[in-house]
Amino acid sequence: MGAPLLSVKHLSTEFRTERGTVKAVDDVSFDLQAGETLAIVGESGSGKSVTAMSILRLIPNPPGRITSGEVVFDGQDLLKLDDHAIRAIRGNRIAMIFQEPMSSLNPSLTVGLQIAEPINLHRKTPWAKAMDMAAELLARVRLPDAKSRVKSYPHQFSGGMRQRGMIAMALACQPQLIIADEPTTALDVTVQAQILALLKEVTRAANSALILITHDLGVVARYADRVCVMYGGRIVEAGPAREIYARPKHPYTIGLMASIPRLDQEAGQRLVPIEGQPPNLAKLPPGCAFAPRCRRAADLCRTERPPLVQSAPDHLSACHFHAQLA
Amino acid sequence: MPSSPEIVLEVRDLRVHFPVMAGAVMRKQVGSVKAVDGVSFDVRRGETLGLVGESGCGKSTTGLAVLKMIDITSGQVVFEGQDITGVDRAHMRPIRRRMQMVYQDPFGSLNPRMKVSQIVGEPLEVHGLAGNRAAYNERVASLLDMVGLLPDMADRYPHEFSGGQRQRIGIARALALEPSLIICDEPVSALDVSIQAQVVNLFQEIQERMGLTYIFIAHDLAVVRHISHRIAVMYLGRIVEIASRAELYKEPLHPYTQALLAAIPIPDPDVEASRPQQIITGEVPSAMRPPPGCRFHTRCPRVMDVCKTETPPMREMPGGRAVACHLYD
Repeated sequence: MGAPLLSVKHLSTEFRTERGTVKAVDDVSFDLQAGETLAIVGESGSGKSVTAMSILRLIPNPPGRITSGEVVFDGQDLLKLDDHAIRAIRGNRIAMIFQEPMSSLNPSLTVGLQIAEPINLHRKTPWAKAMDMAAELLARVRLPDAKSRVKSYPHQFSGGMRQRGMIAMALACQPQLIIADEPTTALDVTVQAQILALLKEVTRAANSALILITHDLGVVARYADRVCVMYGGRIVEAGPAREIYARPKHPYTIGLMASIPRLDQEAGQRLVPIEGQPPNLAKLPPGCAFAPRCRRAADLCRTERPPLVQSAPDHLSACHFHAQLA
Repeated sequence: MPSSPEIVLEVRDLRVHFPVMAGAVMRKQVGSVKAVDGVSFDVRRGETLGLVGESGCGKSTTGLAVLKMIDITSGQVVFEGQDITGVDRAHMRPIRRRMQMVYQDPFGSLNPRMKVSQIVGEPLEVHGLAGNRAAYNERVASLLDMVGLLPDMADRYPHEFSGGQRQRIGIARALALEPSLIICDEPVSALDVSIQAQVVNLFQEIQERMGLTYIFIAHDLAVVRHISHRIAVMYLGRIVEIASRAELYKEPLHPYTQALLAAIPIPDPDVEASRPQQIITGEVPSAMRPPPGCRFHTRCPRVMDVCKTETPPMREMPGGRAVACHLYD
């Protein structure tokens, strides 16, 4: 493997709130190779979305602030770029797809215009040519009747069509990296499957890397090459998807897998829930953030924060007892 | 289950149509949304019937119609042997004691100005069953205990609780009147993954302890299949298939059920790699202008000419299951 396309190193992002400073992302590091699909998995408040937003410096300041770390993309640290330079990256070499296509599209502009805009802006392609390319992109994301749909407004699209439009927009400048934050959570099950399959297909065809942010372990299993599991603002486990599912090395990951019903399971078995509540980021315990809910927690876990260490080849775990986990 | 299980609820050819109005001054009806359009099913005592489908399939409207919280256009709802279709509001009150609802949104369904004890105890007061102060407090405490909350939580307000705990409060309120049927409308879909299992298990424990009957409405087929004994799959206002949870996964008959199962990824990369990925195209059409014939025919990979004109009737199949598809004519 050569130098990674994206290397996030010791990234921390804080938010100032009424209840004090909250570390939403705390010392997060991971690498992403060109063409690879990385899933960042976690529940609400785990820091997965803030990590994604921090990569593109989309954290509103105030109240948010990236306090430390590096985001090295293709050799340059995005956190050190000036505003002009980061804008040249956004939507161009790194594109983002959001959960709610309706609120991320401008309701008063045609979909075609919004897809053509980054092409005109970043590539200086004349508008007429950029609009033709928008129609081609809409056809590529298999929007029915793409040619005439270029002139449609977002409200004339269904949820699935809007998300196809967002994918077309993301693809417009042939980005090296697409970040998709829960791209199908608002969609129906069958449409969800269509959109994710499309996203995977177009990123593969363009050899773009994909960061897929999700809470759905099924989606991760179907689409991801590698996985980072986040909890309480930190990565607690990372590695290749197959390895993580076959040999999870963190009690939180193990707990999640036991707590979700599977379609292919014998019906009628009891689920094994993770007891307790997700952590309050403003009041994280001193040791491991998962310790209050962990069946295996020992005194060490309540006092000392476990570092993210190599547990097996290419498999990281932030558990003091990773070696004892079967 | 005994050989001839008691039927708690019978729904026959239920239709709920919402008028669509247009015009600012001369308002008139220009059409109707056929949210539920000819739905029939039975629910047996002690079982969970799952209602599953995508948005607009009519699953929630079916639940509301059974509770008579919306007007029924036509059809029949028989609850514990009594036809409640035409029963007026005043006479519904004693019936509602026996059928309760748990809602999706644990934030919106609890009054933020009321203490937990008032929320859970309100049904008792409404139905004049509150008794004296001591009996009331004792009842609230035992309801909280039943759903895994501590008695000292009774004096707190909803905002002090997490999503999972709020859903427990909603369940305690539903249990207050000792109903026989609880309609659960997406009760876990707003909760974090690690909390969903806690609430799903609670539903199952309470059912076993109190012999409750559930209608469990959700879009997540994996959750529905886990908790339900039988499952009705809905599409655009109609039931397309009813089967036991085992049969539904092993041998889904309706092409829509097959498509729905194929669309849901299984959390195991090895299983996913070997699964055929047949994803159906298109989206659910508008319920205002549903396609003629079989409503799924516009997206069905096995569509035939007859499907475009003739509505497939619900057909009984061996093993106590039923399917509405011309493939089985």
